[in-house]
Amino acid sequence: MDALSCDALSVREVNHRLRRMPAGTSCSVAAPQGLHNLGVGLTEKIDVCIQGNAGYFLGGLGGRTDGSGPDITVEGFVGWSVAENLMGGTVWVKGSASQSAASSARGGTVVVEGDASLRAGISLKGATLAVAGNVGAMAGFMAQSGTILVGGDAGHGLGDSLYEAVIYVAGTISSLGADATVEELVDDDVLAIKRLVELTGFDHIDPGRVTKVVSARTLYHFSADHHGVY
Amino acid sequence: MCGVIGLLIRDPALEPELGRMLVPMVEALAERGPDSSGIALYSRPAADPDGEPVIRVSLGTDGTVSWSEFAGWVSSRFPPAEVRVSLSGARVDVPETTVDELVESLSQRWPSVHVFGTGRMLTVVKDTGRPEDTCRRYGVESWSGHLAVAHTRMATESAVTARHAHPFVPGPDLCVVHNGSFSNHASVRRRLEADGVRFDSDNDSEVAARLLAQRLDGGDDLDEATRWVMKEMDGFFTLVVGTATGMSVVRDAFACKPAAIAVTDAYVAVASEYRALAGLPGVDQAEIFEPQPEVVYTWTL
Repeated sequence: MDALSCDALSVREVNHRLRRMPAGTSCSVAAPQGLHNLGVGLTEKIDVCIQGNAGYFLGGLGGRTDGSGPDITVEGFVGWSVAENLMGGTVWVKGSASQSAASSARGGTVVVEGDASLRAGISLKGATLAVAGNVGAMAGFMAQSGTILVGGDAGHGLGDSLYEAVIYVAGTISSLGADATVEELVDDDVLAIKRLVELTGFDHIDPGRVTKVVSARTLYHFSADHHGVY
Repeated sequence: MCGVIGLLIRDPALEPELGRMLVPMVEALAERGPDSSGIALYSRPAADPDGEPVIRVSLGTDGTVSWSEFAGWVSSRFPPAEVRVSLSGARVDVPETTVDELVESLSQRWPSVHVFGTGRMLTVVKDTGRPEDTCRRYGVESWSGHLAVAHTRMATESAVTARHAHPFVPGPDLCVVHNGSFSNHASVRRRLEADGVRFDSDNDSEVAARLLAQRLDGGDDLDEATRWVMKEMDGFFTLVVGTATGMSVVRDAFACKPAAIAVTDAYVAVASEYRALAGLPGVDQAEIFEPQPEVVYTWTL
């Protein structure tokens, strides 16, 4: 296993070395010191372990369109927009994530063992985001496709202006956002949650006892009833 | 952008380390605000001679001032005054009863000298240019004290001058730094001006500072006053407020601007980004969290 350190290398140098690693190899990155942009744009299936707390955009833009990509683990917390626009692979955060976790992620899986703050899964476009703890306000804002699983509670405005992404919440929901609605769980939902619980080890989540939030689709089309409003 | 910093020392043994702890924090946030910066330092005053409180008057300029000539003028006009000259500013320590007279005669005789702040504990430096350079030029690393509030500025709403830099000091020993922008600052300013409040600049953040001071003068405690500002000011903000007794932090309802807080028995540190906290002593053992939107956090000494 290769070992890099942010004490000795700049973020650009670390990322350059990670990008040159062939598939099947692994590498650790020590002393991340909250630095931004670590491990962005990696496409090969490699294992990367970030040994501490990272800053913004950790692991963003990673993976390929077929859903393959690096497996990145962070042994700490991360700043804003972890795994932003992820295409494939896994970003696994042992601590908590700040705002906009997995924003615009198209593929791959983002796992947060702690909490995720505001706007988790904003504009999600097909990836899976699993958070063991709570998510802050406006989670899933305008999420278009993909799955968000919350093991704890969700803050205000959950799923505001949601498109076709699905949100599962094991705990309480402070309030739903505009056009978000609660729907009955069906067998396929329970199976999907079961598989996610198995993958993440979040066994405090009972797959049959979560709240499913989807779009009510009332904002999809112009309504003549609203004519006078515009 | 902009970077905000607050560092409250709880363990007196760490007070001599304040500057050495602060400078790496400012450096870490320099790229959030490379055009200008400012630091408010709070340190305990020496025992007052003759029982009369001594007030520190922090001065700076956006023009050219012969500070040695200035020091001579102060010494002859205000004999008990003590003058410390730094690179492009000065601090004059005068008895409390002399402050108004000093400030008044400054505006007559030294119109290009600006008062950046007054207080029994407060010293303020503000300057344009890279924040790292400002730290170096003013010797911030050697500073000792129990609270520092700092700002790195990327100007969006008003000019890049020392006078427009943060912190704003709207009252004795009271300072405010702001990351964000206010959309209703002009209307709040008009109302405050109608109430007789005077401004030093056309900066939007100064409006929040003056509003806070007005609330405190009206009898609000720091928590209430900060909450009032949060509700009345429309826009994006992380605000850090420093006072003679402590520090407050508040973020807007949408938490549009970042902040991270580290709490230990020895200090409380707030910064726009965690990387500014990452080098603090004992940060591995600190309780680290993000301030929630619309919650006022206050720590007192």
